[in-house]
Order: sequence, then C-alpha cells, then structure tokens
Amino acid sequence: MNKKIIATTSLAGCFGCHMSFLDIDERIFDLIELVEFNKSPIDDIKKFTKQVDIGIIEGGCCNSENIEILKAFRENCNILVSLGECAIMGGLPALRNGISIEECLEEAYIGGPTVQENTNKILPNDDELPMLLDKVYPCHEIVKIDYFLPGCAPRADLIWDALIALVTGNEMELPYEVVKFD
Amino acid sequence: MNTTIKFKIDGREIIAEKGQTIVEAAKANGVYIPTLCNFEGLPPKGCCRMCTIRISNRYMTSCTTPVAEGMEVESDIPEITDFRKGIVELLFVSGNHFCPACEKSGNCELQALAYRFKMMVPRFPFLFPQKGIDATNPKIIKEQNRCILCKRCIKGIKDDEGRSYFAYKNRGNKLEVVLDEKMGKEITDALARKAMDNCPVGSIIYKELGYYQPIGKRKYDKKPIGSEIEI
Repeated sequence: MNKKIIATTSLAGCFGCHMSFLDIDERIFDLIELVEFNKSPIDDIKKFTKQVDIGIIEGGCCNSENIEILKAFRENCNILVSLGECAIMGGLPALRNGISIEECLEEAYIGGPTVQENTNKILPNDDELPMLLDKVYPCHEIVKIDYFLPGCAPRADLIWDALIALVTGNEMELPYEVVKFD
Repeated sequence: MNTTIKFKIDGREIIAEKGQTIVEAAKANGVYIPTLCNFEGLPPKGCCRMCTIRISNRYMTSCTTPVAEGMEVESDIPEITDFRKGIVELLFVSGNHFCPACEKSGNCELQALAYRFKMMVPRFPFLFPQKGIDATNPKIIKEQNRCILCKRCIKGIKDDEGRSYFAYKNRGNKLEVVLDEKMGKEITDALARKAMDNCPVGSIIYKELGYYQPIGKRKYDKKPIGSEIEI
C-alpha cells in the first residue's frame, strides 16, 4: 500500500493542537507505518515537495502570511482538515474581533500595563512583518475546508480516529466523549 | 371525569394528563424533546424554537402546545433534527461563544445541544458582533457576548414582591438582557447563584467561582443532554 502523505501547519494558533496530536503517544509508531510527513513542523520540512493527501490546519487566519500558507495548503493538499477551535471559529485570537487594530497595537506596544521599554512609542512596522487582518477569520471562510475536528485542544483519540479513517477510507465513529469544544 | 389523554410521538404511545404541554408529557414518558428557552417551573415562552415538532404537517413549539387526544407528533426525524441543529448553529454565529474560555463550558445547555447534534462547525458565517461585559455588580458578571436572550433569568429571578432583577433593554439587534443596577446591589448570594444556574449559557456568572468543576466531572462531559430523560 502506498503511504498517504500528510502536511500540518499552525497559523494563528498556540501549537496546542500539535501537542495534542503528539498525545497519540506510542501510536505514532503505527502512524509512521501508514503515512509519511511532508511540510510540517513535526519534521521541519518548510516547503511542499509533492502533492499531499491530507493537510491539517491548526489556528485561524490573523495576518497575510496565514492566508498565504492556507492557500498554499489548499493548492497542495487533496483534503484539508480544520483542527481545533481556532481553525474552526477563530478561537481566542478572535477575541480581538470587534476591537480596532489601532487600539490592539496601542494596548500591546504602548499603553498596556506590562509595556516598559517602548519609550519612543514605536509600533512594529517592518516590511518583513506580515500585515494584520481586520479581524481573525475561521479557515473555512478563506478556503474550502473538507473536515472539522473541534476541541481546545481536540482530544488525541479524536485526531487518531480521524487520521485512521482518512487513511483507510473507513467511516469514522464519533464517540460522545471525544467531540468537545474545550 | 377522565383526564387522561393518549397521543403519539414518532409512533410511540404517550399517556398524558389534560393541561400538560407536549414537552412535559414527553418527559414524563421518557421521550426527550430538546428545549432551550424553556425552564421547568416557569411559564413557557416558545421563542427559541428548539422544541419544534410537526403535527399534521404543521410546525409548532411543543413547550407551548397542550396535549390533545389522538394527536400524532413528529419529533425525532432527520428534517426536524437538522432544523434544530440549524438553530444551535445560528446562535453560535450570532453571539461570541468562545467555549475554551467560558466558565460555563461543560455545563452549558447551548454547547450540550451542539454536542448532541454533533455540530462540528456552524454552516453560517460568524458575525463576531460587538458586545459588552457588565462586571459592576459585586456578585454577578453579565456577559452579553454569550447571552441568547432566552428570558429565563427575567422570568425566574425575582424578589419577594415579584419584581425581576433582570430586564430587556433596547430593541432589534441592540436588544440585551441587563441586571437592574439598584436591585442588583441587594441580590442575595443564593439568588445570584440561582441566576447563574438558571442561565442556559455562560452569560450570568457568579463572581469568584469560575471553573470550580474539573473537566470530566461537569454535567455534559460524559453523557449527552436529554439522556437523563430518555428511556
């Protein structure tokens, strides 16, 4: 059997979903028999080197770089999976939705109670930095997403079951205990 | 006079008392009809439409419809379940429901209904409306981002003279439920906690009590909402 190819990324997320992915523990040995990883923080491959079967997205889109990566994932992956609350609905980063970017940046870099050394009151404006979006977007509002796995973080068992279902083509069972939003 | 009424829900015979609503009769017979704005002991309002059923091809709310002899109710059918799921999804996108950061997560009825209907993602675009938080009261935080305007607090939390502590304010998409500033200052601990328990979501939070139950021990962690009723 040809091994399925997996790619993963963390956009506006905290890497908690990737941590939860690693919580499949020793089952990772079974997994590497079934799949190979391409672009992913897990093997540190930075660019797609071939067409990928399953792309897993953690985090929503808060800046222009997130959008670029997400679109690259859509182009290079046959199936895209939104993993976790941030990818599905923006999650905690989306708490800034409804507050203007100006206000957010001023609170973070100028007026906030923990700001001590920015005496020249400079906001980050280097050309290298990606532009912030007007709000944090769920991934499926930017590109088509095929499957959704909720949770903060999604339970390791849910991620495992979903991967096995996608790799083997079998239908997935969704036990009540594993589908949670927190 | 015989006050017993017989009717059917999804083909199953239900024995009810005259004057009962369909939701009450169903519950007494071990049939769960999902509800959200309805609260036992308070007059039904029929505003959330979660308990929608179909009788003779007509959609009605089962929390406000009294039982009648021989009626044939359709409830647990794919079309109505999808309709109810759609309501849950609409509520999720029309407020700001950040479950991972909510004190009520695990005990929230809206979330529990989403679990029951296996909502993986709402089919509608997220609105992210701008709403405020009122934390001025010494005992209660009123979190407008999570409020679903069900009116359960307005109907259920009253003083000895029958005056409500909570009230509707504004109209249309500006509508919100607020805690009366003056009366709120005198609210007792017991009543403030009752207000929190009365709220189906995390919109009324009793201060300094957040996250008191560990994950795994909360109301809807292991069993779906309604499983305590179903036989």
